[in-house]
Amino acid sequence: MAELEVEIVAADHFVWSGAATMVRARTSDGEIGILPGHAPMLAILAEGEMAIEPVSGERLLVSVDGGFFSVDSNRVVIVADNAKIGGNVSAETR
Amino acid sequence: MGAQIRVYRQKITSTTSMRKIFKAMELIATSRIGKARARVSSSLPYANAITRAVSAVASQSEIDHPLTTEPEQIRRSAVLVMTSDRGLAGSYSASVLKQAESLIELLREEGKEVKTYLVGRKAQAYFDFRNRAFENVWTGGTDAPEFETARDIGKALLAEFNTDFEDGGVDEIHVVYTRFRSMVLQEPTVIRLLPLEVVEEEAASESDLLPLYEYEPEPEMVLDALLPRYIESRIFAALLQAAASELAARQRAMKSAGDNASDLIKKYTRLRNTARQAEITQELSEIVAGADALSAS
Repeated sequence: MAELEVEIVAADHFVWSGAATMVRARTSDGEIGILPGHAPMLAILAEGEMAIEPVSGERLLVSVDGGFFSVDSNRVVIVADNAKIGGNVSAETR
Repeated sequence: MGAQIRVYRQKITSTTSMRKIFKAMELIATSRIGKARARVSSSLPYANAITRAVSAVASQSEIDHPLTTEPEQIRRSAVLVMTSDRGLAGSYSASVLKQAESLIELLREEGKEVKTYLVGRKAQAYFDFRNRAFENVWTGGTDAPEFETARDIGKALLAEFNTDFEDGGVDEIHVVYTRFRSMVLQEPTVIRLLPLEVVEEEAASESDLLPLYEYEPEPEMVLDALLPRYIESRIFAALLQAAASELAARQRAMKSAGDNASDLIKKYTRLRNTARQAEITQELSEIVAGADALSAS
């Protein structure tokens, strides 16, 4: 199965990158789930928590305070003003 | 005679202690450059991602966004000048100010009013000394800029830009900063921040072509949210580059100051030795002359 290539960057530092099977994010309109093969999109992130299901390891919760994310050809780039990995980060923190 | 030796000795002592200061400052600058350069490179992923997104939105959708459309006539410009807080960095601040002066001159010749915004105490001192007006100044931490500062500056400039000319707003924004090319080459650079000239990236391969995005919520709103961030990230990148340049300039200036101090110490030591030798010679000849006079009588 195809995977998503996820990259999270904050304004002044790199936060996380890795392969994932699903990304759940909050946009200003509501929640959105992104699976591999999603159409290209560009959306505004709302303040709150987003979840990433890595290929291996536990679910990753990231709290962001605004920003945007783009999806194109299975590549998800999350650009947050400020991102902090919170919740279960025991596994898969590179 | 003895007085001369003392003068040289004093000069040697003071130059030696100055050399210590120069050495210390050089070492501090050297150790900070690495960090400053690391910050420049760690801000790159964000800047790249944002540039890519802005290019995608701006190149594909025919959106009339005030930030991207060129006003039909530009009557007032804002110039943001980035200098350092502290001196002892050679010609670093001076060359930025010179570049800014020529830009302001050019804009005036084109019949535009110029509003200046300053970063760094050196620029403030320069303008204060000449009794020239500036709109706003941000000081503190030019050698380790915070993202908050970039955000403040971005907000202030955007607010000016969004104000109509009649109400005192500006039509375009320029930034003068020092670009960090390498450890030995930093050059004062002028970029036009607004209206945006979105840099078209060369598509390296098929996969690099910008895809047709879906927007959520609306393209206009996406642009609304993206552009301020793009501006902030450009300003922040400029601040970081300026910081790295400042440190590199300071390191070079301190290195040559230290070298000059060493040369001076050497020169004064020679002079002191000559003076001492002259004194001894004179004393000797006085004694010999005295003895001769005594034995002759």
